[in-house]
Amino acid sequence: MAAIELHQVSKRFRVNHQRHSDLKGRVLNLGRRAPREDFWALQELSFEVADGETVGLLGHNGSGKSTLLKCVAGIMQPSTGYIKTVGRTASLLELGAGFHPELTGRENVFMNGQILGLKNRDIERRFDEIVAFAELEQFIDQQVKHYSSGMYVRLGFAVATNVDPDVLLIDEVLAVGDEAFQRKCLERIRRFQREGRTMMFVSHSPELVRQICDRAVVLDHGEMIGIGPPGESIRTFRESLMRGTRARQLHGEDVVDDQADQLVASEVPALDPDAAPPPAIDLASFEVRITRVRMDYPLADERDFLVPGDPLRIKVGYHAVRRIDDVVFSLNVVNGDGLLVYGVNTDHLLGGLEYVEGDGTLEFSFDRIPLLDGIYTVSIGIHSHDVSTIYDHHSAGHTFQVTNPGIAAGMVALDASVTIDHASDRQVAG
Amino acid sequence: MATTTNAPASAPPGQRPAGTPAATVNKPRRSVLEHVRLVISYRELLVGMVRKELKVKYKNSALGFVWSMLNPAMYLVVFYVVFQIVLANGIPYFPIFLLSGLLAWNLFSVTLGAATGSIVGNASLVNKVYFPREILPLAAVGANLVHFFLQGIVLVLGMIVFRFDVELRYLWLAVPALLVLLVLTAAVAIFLACANVYARDTQHLLELALLAWFWMTPIVYPFGLVADSLANQGLSGTVALVNPMTSIVLAFQRAFYGILFLPADKGGAAILPDESPLWFLRNLAVVGVISLVLLVLAVRLFDRLEANFAEEL
Repeated sequence: MAAIELHQVSKRFRVNHQRHSDLKGRVLNLGRRAPREDFWALQELSFEVADGETVGLLGHNGSGKSTLLKCVAGIMQPSTGYIKTVGRTASLLELGAGFHPELTGRENVFMNGQILGLKNRDIERRFDEIVAFAELEQFIDQQVKHYSSGMYVRLGFAVATNVDPDVLLIDEVLAVGDEAFQRKCLERIRRFQREGRTMMFVSHSPELVRQICDRAVVLDHGEMIGIGPPGESIRTFRESLMRGTRARQLHGEDVVDDQADQLVASEVPALDPDAAPPPAIDLASFEVRITRVRMDYPLADERDFLVPGDPLRIKVGYHAVRRIDDVVFSLNVVNGDGLLVYGVNTDHLLGGLEYVEGDGTLEFSFDRIPLLDGIYTVSIGIHSHDVSTIYDHHSAGHTFQVTNPGIAAGMVALDASVTIDHASDRQVAG
Repeated sequence: MATTTNAPASAPPGQRPAGTPAATVNKPRRSVLEHVRLVISYRELLVGMVRKELKVKYKNSALGFVWSMLNPAMYLVVFYVVFQIVLANGIPYFPIFLLSGLLAWNLFSVTLGAATGSIVGNASLVNKVYFPREILPLAAVGANLVHFFLQGIVLVLGMIVFRFDVELRYLWLAVPALLVLLVLTAAVAIFLACANVYARDTQHLLELALLAWFWMTPIVYPFGLVADSLANQGLSGTVALVNPMTSIVLAFQRAFYGILFLPADKGGAAILPDESPLWFLRNLAVVGVISLVLLVLAVRLFDRLEANFAEEL
């Protein structure tokens, strides 16, 4: 049975280029119709969320995630199509859960409960648990306008998860609050899942989506471009981010998308390994030049990404204007957060190169890449042993991507297995 | 004799029998009937909101609800001094006359003032949680209904102080009058609440409109005066009933005040129309039907506009 059913849901926003929210403006502009543009925040979305399923929503800023959640919550109405939800729906949108600033925490808990359709005596019964969960015992009789944003979110989360909803909608709230509370929220969410409740979940953190969700929906400019297991959806999402960034760069626009910045970071969009290298840094003396860098995925026939444990070969073509003896090739692998994952050079690996001369190819080869999800930037440098001369340097532009089909979270694919030893069984067995 | 064990087919929200949760459909348009059903299913919230309105209004005030009563009490004193003593208009028991109409007017005007800002003022709720939005203006109606009864106490006290003999025979007219007043108020309240989301100066326009409307309604002066001057122009007094508030106020005045003429030594002119209760009822019925139509139209407009509340706020 579907707990949430979307049928051809579209949402149109009217963008008035000149807003007249006062009568004067309206009257003065009567007849002269303010130039208006339609903006489709959601376009013909149809999908179902099964009872007890947790579905994540992924998408760039302005892709319609929050609009979609608001429509499911009933806060906005779709322009066309309909959304059917079964049972009581509680929502936690952005900051706060809809509190009246003048009322105390206690009064707000009751009002929120009423909004969610609870009887007063039901709220009374849960009240202590809600306050305890929010850790607001001392402040519950203060007006919420005096609360900090963390307290606000805690109370909102506590109410929404303690009112026994059948469907819970969460928008990016876990980003607020301290780490201890975040953990507590995650635990609560897990309990919800065990209890078979349905959840829809917006997060900017693909990691969280992978950890929590059964499936994820990817939105791009209001369209659904993917729905499936989290690993698959996260990849679709990353690809769409990079397409977006590249398209904007082609148009000569600055990349302002926060998420693209975050996720693609310095990675510069170069998904295919043969992309033209970006200009090298000024310091380079160019006596040895990097002519090309190529990523080979020996096991990934059709794929343009690796799965954890795949081999990888990085081929560096070079051209030396003369024979050079004092030469080191170095390689760094940096993840999306700019963290150095691995760094090595030919001195470490070979005990030193003898010389380079003319054209040639140097190959770094990895039997297995034990990394989980991400886009990793490879920077390559050619320099003298004491690094006083840098011949050439590519710090960006070469990337490889790892997509994790499994559900393990984190950065490194540590091969884990698990055994269990039931002490009581052994005793019985003798 | 038998004990029935079957669970209710449709339990109210919050007590939904497990396994058969109700489905909610969020779609572009809802019919008027669906709106009515929604409001009914959220009645606990409506009551809670009314309570909230009252609480917020008197939060941090020492006298609290007494303020609701002080306002009409003040009117009573001021108008008594101005009209009965200074201007000596000759209307017997003038404070009672005034208050009979003023109660109805206050319910109408204060509600509209509160309802107009209700959606904009509760943006933090409207943007974050779902509930039928019409609850907000309706809560303003409810809160002012409570004030209406509090002010009714002032009227009763006034009657005792001035030793006024109430004509109990017509008192029942107040009940249909109040019902019609509530429907009319709710209709205008819902209309103004959603209009104000899109044109914020509805609020200011309303203040002006209410000021004019107040003096066009026979509250401070008697209807008889209007009817007389209309008669001099060769017009029937019913022309004045174009203002729906006139019919309502007249019914309240007939019910609580009931003195039809000035005393003979003051000229014996008419204060209230000398008509049977049926005349008052007929007028109320006309206004009632108009109010119901307005209410349906207001809800339909509300339905059109509410889809974009969240983005306009």
